[in-house]
Parts: sequence; structure tokens; C-alpha cells
Amino acid sequence: MRIPISWLAEFVELPVGTTIADIHAALVSVGLEEEGSHDFDIEGPVVVGEVLDFADEPQSNGKTIRWCSVRVAPVGQSAADGGADVRGIVCGAHNFFVGDKVVVTLPGAVLPGNFAIAARKTYGHVSDGMIASARELGLGEDHEGILRLSMLGLDPTVGTDALSLLGLDDAAVEVNVTPDRGYAFSIRGIAREYAHATGATFRDPATALPVPEPVSGFSVEIDDQAPIRGRVGATVFVTRVVRGVDATLPSPAWLVARLKLAGIRSISLIVDITNYVMLELGQPIHGYDLDKLSGGIVVRRANPGETLKTLDGQTRALDSEDLVITDGSGIIGLAGVMGGFSTEISDETVNVLVEAANFDPVSIARTARRHKLPSEASKRFERGVDPEVAGAAAARVVQLLEELAGGRADVLGSGLNQHSQLEPIFLPDAYISGLVGVQYTDDEITSSLIEIGATLEYARDGLLVSPPSWRPDLTHKSTLAEEVARIVGYSRIPSEIPVAPPGRGFTREQKLRRLAAETLAASGSTEVLAYPFVSQASNSLFGSADKREVAAVKLANPLDAEVPYLRATLLPGLIDVARRNLSRGLTDLALFEIGAVFQPVPGATYGVTEVPPGAALPSGETLAVLNASIPPQPWHVGLLFLGNSVDKQPHQAAIPVGIADALDTVRLLAAALNVPLSIRQGSHVALHPGRTAEIFVIAGGDAGASVGGGSAEVHVGFVGELLPSLADEFDLPRVVALAELDLSALIELAARGVQATPLAGYPAATQDVSLVVASSIAAADVLDAVRVGAGDLLEAIRLVDDYRGAGIDDNQKSLTFALRFRAPDRTLTAAEASEARHAGTAEAQRRFGAVVRE
Amino acid sequence: MSDSNSLAISDESVAAAVAAALAAVDAVTDTASFKAVRTEHAGEASTLARLNGLLRSLPSDQKASAGKLVGQARARVNQTLAAKETEIVARESAAQLAAEAVDVTALPVRKHLGARHPLSLLQEKVSDIFVSMGWEVAEGPELENEWFNFDALNFDPDHPARAMQDTFFVDPVESHLLLRTHTSPVQVRSLLERELPVYVIAPGRTYRTDELDATHTPVFSQIEGIAVDRGLTMAHLRGTLELFARQMFGDEAKIRLRPNYFPFTEPSAEMDVWQPQAKGGARWVEWGGCGMVNPNVLLSAGIDPDVYSGFAFGMGIERTLQFRNNLNDMRDMVEGDVRFSQQFGMVV
Repeated sequence: MRIPISWLAEFVELPVGTTIADIHAALVSVGLEEEGSHDFDIEGPVVVGEVLDFADEPQSNGKTIRWCSVRVAPVGQSAADGGADVRGIVCGAHNFFVGDKVVVTLPGAVLPGNFAIAARKTYGHVSDGMIASARELGLGEDHEGILRLSMLGLDPTVGTDALSLLGLDDAAVEVNVTPDRGYAFSIRGIAREYAHATGATFRDPATALPVPEPVSGFSVEIDDQAPIRGRVGATVFVTRVVRGVDATLPSPAWLVARLKLAGIRSISLIVDITNYVMLELGQPIHGYDLDKLSGGIVVRRANPGETLKTLDGQTRALDSEDLVITDGSGIIGLAGVMGGFSTEISDETVNVLVEAANFDPVSIARTARRHKLPSEASKRFERGVDPEVAGAAAARVVQLLEELAGGRADVLGSGLNQHSQLEPIFLPDAYISGLVGVQYTDDEITSSLIEIGATLEYARDGLLVSPPSWRPDLTHKSTLAEEVARIVGYSRIPSEIPVAPPGRGFTREQKLRRLAAETLAASGSTEVLAYPFVSQASNSLFGSADKREVAAVKLANPLDAEVPYLRATLLPGLIDVARRNLSRGLTDLALFEIGAVFQPVPGATYGVTEVPPGAALPSGETLAVLNASIPPQPWHVGLLFLGNSVDKQPHQAAIPVGIADALDTVRLLAAALNVPLSIRQGSHVALHPGRTAEIFVIAGGDAGASVGGGSAEVHVGFVGELLPSLADEFDLPRVVALAELDLSALIELAARGVQATPLAGYPAATQDVSLVVASSIAAADVLDAVRVGAGDLLEAIRLVDDYRGAGIDDNQKSLTFALRFRAPDRTLTAAEASEARHAGTAEAQRRFGAVVRE
Repeated sequence: MSDSNSLAISDESVAAAVAAALAAVDAVTDTASFKAVRTEHAGEASTLARLNGLLRSLPSDQKASAGKLVGQARARVNQTLAAKETEIVARESAAQLAAEAVDVTALPVRKHLGARHPLSLLQEKVSDIFVSMGWEVAEGPELENEWFNFDALNFDPDHPARAMQDTFFVDPVESHLLLRTHTSPVQVRSLLERELPVYVIAPGRTYRTDELDATHTPVFSQIEGIAVDRGLTMAHLRGTLELFARQMFGDEAKIRLRPNYFPFTEPSAEMDVWQPQAKGGARWVEWGGCGMVNPNVLLSAGIDPDVYSGFAFGMGIERTLQFRNNLNDMRDMVEGDVRFSQQFGMVV
């Protein structure tokens, strides 16, 4: 809401020297947040001039300019810029005559857009200033020619300051009006709030005019057969008739200037007046051309199939919830949202019917949304208009039509008013102090409530507070607490620290999730947070191993129609981020993301058909339905590596990234979380067929459970290199290593505690063994066999070599393991160690036909 | 080398052997020559060893003096050798160290520290502050049911406040699912799931249909606090916020409350924080919204508002990071350019 300061000053006293900042500070203190300020961006000297003489001078470029002699100060006096009283000015417009009073911007003036005026040589003359158009002054769009003051009905003295004459020296403050305060969408409401903030006296414009009684004879009927949520669509409908207006008269400059500062374009005198009164009192006004109406007005709901051509020229199909204004001819307006085309005010309008009505906020909100017609009127009705101000607003329109448009008020009209009083609120004695934490005096409470316009009645142990008609938001004693707190001032609220009961700290999952992130960052990866919006193709490509359509959540109103789905996998986001980094010349990347993915169970339906109301605890059954209505959203961790993991340096060759980097990082992460992993050769449609690992967690945290694989292992994700053809498609280098794991599952499966074993101090025996097996057999499986076969004496086993070539048959490989044996209670003999080693190799032989290579 | 046949113990022969040994030791330059010299002059075939061997065949009366003569000579040679060996070892070890010197300014870099995203770090920092006061960290789903995001929070279905939230809805809209527009649904979830009193903080990702620009992002994060207990007042709200602000912005930080409107709080306030360390001078910065939990929210969770009261507050993590760390452009936080996170490393 923009508030021209001169307008505000009509209803509340502004001390001399009050600045825009002062006004903002006062309004902020009562809850109207500062949004900015506006002025005409214009500086003087800008004065009234009189055209004394001119000569038309054709130019070689085809234009004809006027070389004018303009009086800019009374005879013999110096002008506002200190210069001569008569100036020579070149002008391109031809719409004026000798003797016209015009607006002259003198050298030194600055017009909107930082357009500085100076005496300058042009078309063979020195033009000592400029004759201004309305547009150049920021007053309108009319650039047909210069502004002739007689057209505004003005005949001021030459040399008069034109900025003040035209209201161009005014400024407006802009504040944000919260959606509960409909009344603050008016100068009246803002002036009241300013008075609350400063203590200045408020002069209510709604009581400034007598509301004539009776006006009657114009038939108005409310016939709402389908109230929305039990509320009748219209409760107040005041009409007034003004006859004999001249709709072609110009709007006075002050009115245009105030509307402009308030952010509303001047249209025509009658429309400007209705807008002016809406801004002043907050009551939307609709004007009808009375002669285009047939009979009285009936307000009703639209019938299915009905249409209305609104005054923007569009024909709209109406909904049976739309509240409409009708006359004998049918529908003539969409109540509170937009008027109809057929009864629109025009230049030919002579007799005006003024409507000041009060419509149900919900009905208007739904209609404005349904037809995508947010208007100044609907904005106010949605937030609540004071039902008591309609009569005053209609009277104010009548007054302005009489004063500015030459009309005369008629006794014809209507004054239907069926709105009900707001419910009084019982305010227990100690309630406000107990909620706000300030010991308010009784006087502070009662005077604050009286100041906002409430009426009070003393009751047993408290007050019965009746909110004023413009405050439908006051519905509960807590809303009264806010009123008292803000009128007295939030600065009165002291500072006190509550003592929370002893907490349990972070949950296990929260701790481990943070540990995961810290481990990944410490191991060299950089955390990124990608948007979760993806295409179905990306979800299917990366979200399943075999490119079947994955179940995914689609948004109804995505920002980008290319990516309307929520991610079921983190990889598309990581790839996007990698591409952006590459485009910025960052070619060695190690990225990770930890975030939620959205994974509906295939075939399941989510959502609810009906949402229970607020302010009441739903039944346990309903809550269970609500909780089950959203798809699973586990946390995943994604990794991406490309470029080099170690750069080329002195005495150091570059180490390019590969699946090993991703797998190693996964291993590190699992070690940090204390989750035993099992890694297997795998396949994934988006990954290199020979360089894909499938990751399992050995459920139960017991290493022995992995023997034979199968049911004891839980699949938690994939690691691999992006399929080179895809890398090419994404403009990525050939090798991109990726990993994605279900972090929630990892954490769930992580060991709950460590069962420590005492360390044996007896010497270890180390032995190596090389086993020849078919090259198709995974090294990990051979290692596992040796470990299981060797038994408890084997403390550690490590694969140290994988040899293929001379001395080994094709399709075979020689795996060398380093074994470390130790007994907990004695020094092992070499023979004992060898025996255990033999047992290990025997198991490998049994499982895989491994042959010891001597 | 002397002819063994002509060898005999005499002052002259012993002195000559010693002199030859000492001269040879003196000429030693490295371990190899040292070993050769030691073999030649102190080994089994050396002159002195052979002279020593002759002692056996001497008449008894000469044995004592000759033995002394040879013994002393051998001791002298051995001492000299030992001293030389120490010298050589020291010299060679020094030479090896010198040879092993590297340019410590040009060593290879093989390990890199990655980085956390500062938005994550800031959420953790805030969580740590509140956990240290006994609060707990609550979480909720990003894809929410409308009831938790709006109805339970006193947003009337037709109130403009609901339309102002610029919500992402799930297709079909009739499913009443959405991307949460704030972390406030966690308030309701916490009140439903936990025993009273409740003191929780809820960080997390939130969504609104704003196009990305320097000051907006459709995906952002908030941190929400809620406390519900007997006798809580706005003074407790201010006290909590001030304590929080001091930990975030330094001991000089303070809080200013301005009246505002939120459906889920009443009274409601906008909070400004006095940021003493702000670039360009200390100033008030708009930080977030807060207020006393609206009785209708308590009722949604089955809590009697005449017995319990509560306060809640929420702020944008991006905005907090922006003014706390002097960032101008929100886009840097969301684009994933690794240089952004790497400025922060592991600490925000």
C-alpha cells in the first residue's frame, strides 16, 4: 500500500519536518513493514509560463519546430532560476496557442529519469528551458503534446511553482499490509495506525461527511441460494445516483498526482474518483452508467453455463460459486472483482449509479483466483472491508462527482445493510500479561483496546471486548493480546530465558548423517546441494538398474516444465552440478550430496481425498491416514568424481579418477559409520558394464554372515563409471565415477556398538600365498574363502597381487595374498601358521578350484 | 707388504708397521677404503697380526717386553681405526642427508580437503546452539500433506495468506500433497509425536515457486524453533532469540521485535537482529518471524491452550548466511560451484 504523504496529513497531524523515514519508523512500530518510498523524481525550477508568441520554423529534416517566446516570471521580476522573465524556447509540439499557460522547466530542473534541463543550442536557437508534456512530468502517458493548464481548469499566475500546483512535490511511503489487516489498504486505516504509533489525533474521514438518510427507491435484492461455507455473498449494498455529470472533464492535477503516487493510473474523471475513494476509505466502488441499466439489481450466484463480458473486453465462463450482479438484462458484473462491459462508464455517461457493497471475503477470493483476476477491489474484499464504511464511501463519491464532474446528487439509491456485529471476546484479567510477559496496568490494556476502536464492557474477572467493525481479524483473546502489546510497544517486552528440560541431544541418525558428511568432506569431496527437480527420463535412467520406469512424484506446477518430477536419485543433480563446474573451467571434481529422494512405492497411491479441518486434533485413524499419504523420502548419499584425483606435479604423475575413487570413498564412509560392506560385480543401465559394483550391507553387522551371500545382505546402492556414451551425451569427460547409496539404510544397518576384543601381545607370523583361479572369479570371493578356511588364527588378510601372463594359463589369474596369523595365548610356530594357511587354501580350492602356485 | 720370512719383532719393525697403518688410516675417505685399510692393517694377515703371531715362538724371557710392544702398537692402530670409523659414518650420513634434501615448497599434493556446504554447516551450528540448551532437533518430510503445512497451522483454506505462500503442489492437486513451504509443519509433527513440554529446533529444506535470482531461490532452507510449556511468554521468546543471536553474531548482538502477522502465531512479530560485525558498520537486519503459538495450532495437536502456551520462530538459512557472511548473490549458494563451498571448508 502506497500512502501519499499529503493525503495522510489530511487525517492525522504530521509535525513540520516529518520525514519519510519518520513515517516509516512510526508505521513499522505498529506492524506495517517498510517497502520503500515513491516521488515524482523531479526537481525545480519548474514554473507556470505564458506563451507570448511563437514562429513555426520548418527544418531540413522535415520537422517543423516552434520558436517560442515564453513569460516565466511577472514583468520585471527574475525567474525562479534567477534568469530573465521572458525566455526563448524551442518546442516540437504544436497543440498550443498564444496566451496558453504551460509548464516550463527552467535550466537547473531535473525531470524523471535524471533528465537534466539546461540552456542548449538547438535548431539554430538557444532554447532556454523546456515546455513540458504531462508525460515528461511523470503525470501520465499523454505525449500528444505539451500540457496546457487550461485543460485542467487551471489559470495560475505566471511564475507560480508548478510542482506544488500539480501536486508533483508530494511523495508516498509504501508499506506491506499483512493479509489480516484489510482496513490498512486505505489512507483511513493507515492514518489510524499512524495515530496509534505517534499519539497524534486521528480525524476519521468516514465520519467527515453526513450520510444522507433516506436514500431509497433503487431496488436491490440479495438472493444467494448457495452461500459458501455458510456465508451469504453480500451483506451490504449501498447505491447512490448522481445525475448530469460531464464524464469528459479532466481529472484535476492533485487527484491525478495522488493516484499516481498511490500506484494507480489515471483513466477518466469518474473512474479516478471511484479509485480515489477506494484508496481513501478502503471501500471498493463500482460505477455504472445508470442509463445502460435495466431495472433494479439482484445479487446472486451464477448459473452453470452463464457468461459475462467483463470491462476488459473478455468473455468469461462463470462458475456456480461466482457471485454476480444482475439487472433486468442479465449479469452485469462479477461482484467485487470486475464490472461488466455493458454498463461501463464512458465519455457519454450522464447519470451514474454508485455501488458501495460488502462481499464475503471467501467468495471474492475464490472468484478472483478462479478467473485469475486479482484486482484492487478483490484484494480488499479478500482481506475484509469495513461493512460500516459503505455509506460514507458512497457519499464521498457523490460529493466528488458534484464538485469535479458537475453532477448533482439524486435521492434515488439504496442502503441495504444486513451485516452482523462482530462477536465480543471475553478477556480474562491476567491473560494478556501472562501471555506477553509484561505486567500491563489495567489502564494500558483498556486504553489500547479503546484506541483501536473496540468497545469494552466490564464482566466478572475480565472484560467483554467488542471489536470495531473494521477488525474482523480480532476473533480470540490472543489477538487482543497482540493489540495491547503493539499499541504499548513491543519494546516493552523483557528478555527472559526459559529453561528447557534436559534433552537427549542429537539422535543416532542425526549424528551419523553429520559424521557421513564430515567424513566425505575430510576425504576430499565437496558438498553440493542440487535442486531436486528432474525429468522422468533422468529418474528412470539413474533411479533403476535396468531403466524400467521408476515411480516418481510429479509436480502440478513446476517452474520448469522440462523437469516436473521430484528426484528419485541424486545422480542427475550431481551430473548437472558437474557440468556447471566444468563449464567454469573446474576440471578435477570430487562432489557429494546428502539429501532426501522421493521414492513412491510402485503401484501405491498417495494423498488424501479430504483434508481435515485445523484447530482440532484429528482422530488417530485420520492422523495415520495423513502420515501414510506421503511417499517414502529416504536420505541418499551421492558421489561424483571426474578429472584427476592427484594432479601431475614434480616427481608425481597424474592419477586420473576411476571407479576406484568412488569405491574407496564408499569404503571409507562405511568404515566411518561402522557398516560392514560387501562389494560385488554388478550391472546398471547407466554405468560401464565392466566397471560397476553393487554394494550390499551385511545385515546384523557380523562379518561371518556374508558367507554364501544371499538373504543376509541388503542392497544399498551402486558404484561405477558412467557409461562412456552417456558421458559423451552429457558433454562430460569419458571417465566419470559415480556412487549412490541409501544413507538411511546404511545408518539403520550400522553397528550399534563395538564389542572390543583384548589385543594379543604374542608375535605374529606372516606368510604369503599365491592362488591360481579362473579369471572370472572375484578376488573378494577367493579372499573370503581363504579367510573362512584359515580360521581364527588368521588375524588379517590382504590381496597384494593379481598376476596374469607368462606362466599362467589364459583365463586364469594368480592372486597373491599376504596373511598375518596370531594366537591370543602363545607364540605361534611356523608349522601352526602353515597349517592354518593350508586350511585356507584348501577352502579356496574346494570353492573355486584354486591351485597353490609354488 | 713385508716378507714374512724376514719379519721379526723389533722396535723398528713394530714402529714401521704402526706408521704404515696410521698413514693408511689417514688416507681413508669412505667406508670402502676404510674397510680395506682395516683388513690390511688390523686384519689377520696384517703385519701387526703376524708380529703378534711371532710372540709364541719367542724365548720366554723376551715374551713380556715384546708382547707389550706389539700389544700397545695394535691398540693404537685399533683406536685410530675406531675414531676414523666414527668420523666416516658421521660424514657419510651427513652426505646422505644432504643428498636427500627436497624443495619443501614443491612437494606433491596427494590429499585434498573437500568442503561442507555452508548452508549445511549453518544448520548444524544452529542445531548445536540449541542442543546445548537442552532442545532437541526434529525433522519432517519435505513432501508434505497439506494438513501439516497449512490447515493445522491455522491457514484457512480461503485466506490470502495461503495463496501468498507460492506453493508447489503435487500432481494431481486433489491429492493434497505439496512441497512444504516452510519448516513449520514440523511444529505440528513435534507436538503430535512428543511428550510435553516440547523444546525443538527443526532445520530443513523448503520450497516456493520463486524463480531463481540474486535474492530468491525456489529451493531454500529454514530453521524453525518451537517451545510449548506451561507459562511461556513473549519474554521467553525474546530471551531465547537474544541468546541465539549472541551466539551467532557476537556478544553485542540484540533483537528487535516488530508487530507482524503469521497465521500460526498470535501475537506475531518480525525480528530484526543488531549485527555488530556487519560489513560497512553495525546495523539492524531483518532476520525472521516469530510469535506465540496460535491457540488453533495447539488445538490441532490436541493441546489445551488454556493450560499450555508456546513460542515459535523461524528464519531463512540462506538469508542468515547472506548477511552473516556478506554474500550478495543467492545463486552462489545453489549452483554447486565448488569454489563456493571451498571458501568455507569445514567451518562456517
